[in-house]
Amino acid sequence: MRNNLKKYYPVFVLPTSVAFFIAFVFPFLAGIVLSFTKFTTVTNAKWVGLDNYIKAFSNADFLNALWFTVKFTVVSVITINVIAFALALLLTRSIKGTNHFRTVFFMPNLIGGIVLGYIWLLIINGVLQFFGVTVTYDASYGFWGLVSLTNWQLIGYMMIIYIAGIQNIPTDLIDAAKVDGAGFWGILRHVIIPMVMPSVTICLFLTITNSFKLFDANLALTDGAPGRETTMLALDIYKTFYARTGWQGVGQAKAVIFFILLAVIALVQLAFTRKKEVEA
Amino acid sequence: MKKLVSLFLSLSLLFALAACKSEGGDTTNNPSENAPAAATEIYFLNFKPEIASVYEKIAKEYKEKTGVTVKVVTAASNGYEQTLTSEIAKSNPPTIFQINGPVGYRSWSDYCADLKDTALYSFLSDKSLAIKEGDGVYGIPYVVEGYGIIYNEEITDKYFSLKDRKTAFSSMDEINSFSKLKDLVEDMQSKKSELGIEGVFASTSFSSGNSWRWDTHLANVPLYYEFSENKNFDDPTLAGLGTSDITFTYSDNFKNLFDLYINNSGTPKNLIGSKSVNDSMAEFALGKVAMVQNGNWAYKEISGVDGNVVKKDKIKMLPVYTGVKGEENQGLCIGTENYLAINSKVSKEKQKASADFLEWLFSSDEGKRYVTEELGFISPFNTFDKDERPEDPLANEILDWMEKKDIKSVPWIFTSFPSETFKQDFSNALLQYAQGSIDWEKVVSTVRTSWKSEFQAP
Repeated sequence: MRNNLKKYYPVFVLPTSVAFFIAFVFPFLAGIVLSFTKFTTVTNAKWVGLDNYIKAFSNADFLNALWFTVKFTVVSVITINVIAFALALLLTRSIKGTNHFRTVFFMPNLIGGIVLGYIWLLIINGVLQFFGVTVTYDASYGFWGLVSLTNWQLIGYMMIIYIAGIQNIPTDLIDAAKVDGAGFWGILRHVIIPMVMPSVTICLFLTITNSFKLFDANLALTDGAPGRETTMLALDIYKTFYARTGWQGVGQAKAVIFFILLAVIALVQLAFTRKKEVEA
Repeated sequence: MKKLVSLFLSLSLLFALAACKSEGGDTTNNPSENAPAAATEIYFLNFKPEIASVYEKIAKEYKEKTGVTVKVVTAASNGYEQTLTSEIAKSNPPTIFQINGPVGYRSWSDYCADLKDTALYSFLSDKSLAIKEGDGVYGIPYVVEGYGIIYNEEITDKYFSLKDRKTAFSSMDEINSFSKLKDLVEDMQSKKSELGIEGVFASTSFSSGNSWRWDTHLANVPLYYEFSENKNFDDPTLAGLGTSDITFTYSDNFKNLFDLYINNSGTPKNLIGSKSVNDSMAEFALGKVAMVQNGNWAYKEISGVDGNVVKKDKIKMLPVYTGVKGEENQGLCIGTENYLAINSKVSKEKQKASADFLEWLFSSDEGKRYVTEELGFISPFNTFDKDERPEDPLANEILDWMEKKDIKSVPWIFTSFPSETFKQDFSNALLQYAQGSIDWEKVVSTVRTSWKSEFQAP
């Protein structure tokens, strides 16, 4: 049986692999190839070598966007995870209506980013109206707008993952710690946090990649205004691709750089947090 | 086992590469090889969402008449380039698409068929309007549009009847320069409560995707004057296309009118960043403001606003006066950003069928009826008689202005603006200026450097 399974395994995975190749591997490879060409549509590409990569750094747009994205990612990763973890702690104690609260906090995650962007645009502009300004008045408004939007969207999801992690901690561990005289902070530091490290790995990974790749909310909320000060990497790539004649290849080159950056960051983070995971 | 997996993986990779290769090869082949004898289906990628339903009707009638199916797909507002880019790479690409002028032609030249021998080109009354390169004709304008400052005559008449007004004007016909417009507007603004309006001008919309009235349309006027002075070219649009470094000589004129817009509006300057064109048109339609800069296409929007109070015969248009010397003879800004092109990469039969469809639309009686009555186009073709004009008041205003003696229309030279990025840089700077975070000098220098870098971009 086991042998048979091994023998026919390629046949069973074939449909999925074909789909994977058509929908992922091929476009991905084509994208890398296109980054070395000048093209209007994917079928009329002309090879230009590294020209696109040189052009990608010929003005400061890409680096500005990178810097803005890094700032945004750092702030939102910290806020999302701290708040989500705090909520998870709160909602794993036996409080009345825990399930109700969990649902409520999770709900924002079900709304698409572009819709969220427009909803928050209305909310933020509505509030700022009292001060006679709009969200595009200053780059910092856009920055904090994006941070609160992303927090609102992702906290619920991360909270669910932390709740699952906390619930998996064997109660005898905590009881033993209590018998040994540990207080709330002691249990938190020496039992709960080490035990939920697998959840931390996942949550950090999800928040870092999501914040880094943020596009829809950025487009809907500020569209990069004022100036290009609130343009994040994904939006910058999009604008390079569509808003300039003949720069599609450069946009593609930026996308490849973006992919490499993101992959490196995510892998380093995974390797780092994996080391901290412990067995009960 | 491992061998099997790796064999499988490498086979798939080969397959992917092969697919990639054959796809690349297809484009160089003559596409007519695998095409049917007579095309029964053509594909029109429509640019104007507001008239998408009319095209569906036209397609249905054409199908009944000739048996040729016209597939009409409409791109979302502001998303034409994106839609075209993805659609044209498909196996069943658009046969008729639209380019926005010489700059658009530059990016789509590989796909534009030569239209020199088509009937549509022979109909064009002014052949210089077409996009040409060498001997070939690659884009044919199908609609002439115009814009200016639209005003509600009811409100201006009310102003002229006020006893305590400071100006001596008694009708809008006297307003033929910026200084007169400024006097009028500022006095109207100070009497806004008597006139029952929130401000003279509708909000200067700057939310994303809604700033083209300033970075494109308003910018057209000062840059037209600048390019007209360039004696190396006989046409200002060509001068624009050939200028790598603009001076923005008439930037103060731009500032004149822009300041007038933002200072005499119902919307505080700091809030314009959230306003859309729809908001501005709604303010106008509801009678909350007296004037708004826009073009004849806006009539549908004005008349479509629920509870609109503007009377059809009271919607009038004024040229975009900016205080340039001799502007008393300046007319509205007339031109087009809508050129039809036929995809050169589809089969000859499909190209022919597409040309036939366009010929039918712009020369047969049924087609012409659709064009004037339902699409509301002012067509640049000689197949239309003088009395076949669209009904809407703004289109008629444009025709009236074009017929005025001694009045010279301003052509649309913004088709020579180097890229979308240039326009975005321009509008971003304008918004920051309006909000007071940068001064005018900075706007001028942004415009100049952005033109320069975008001009060099391709």
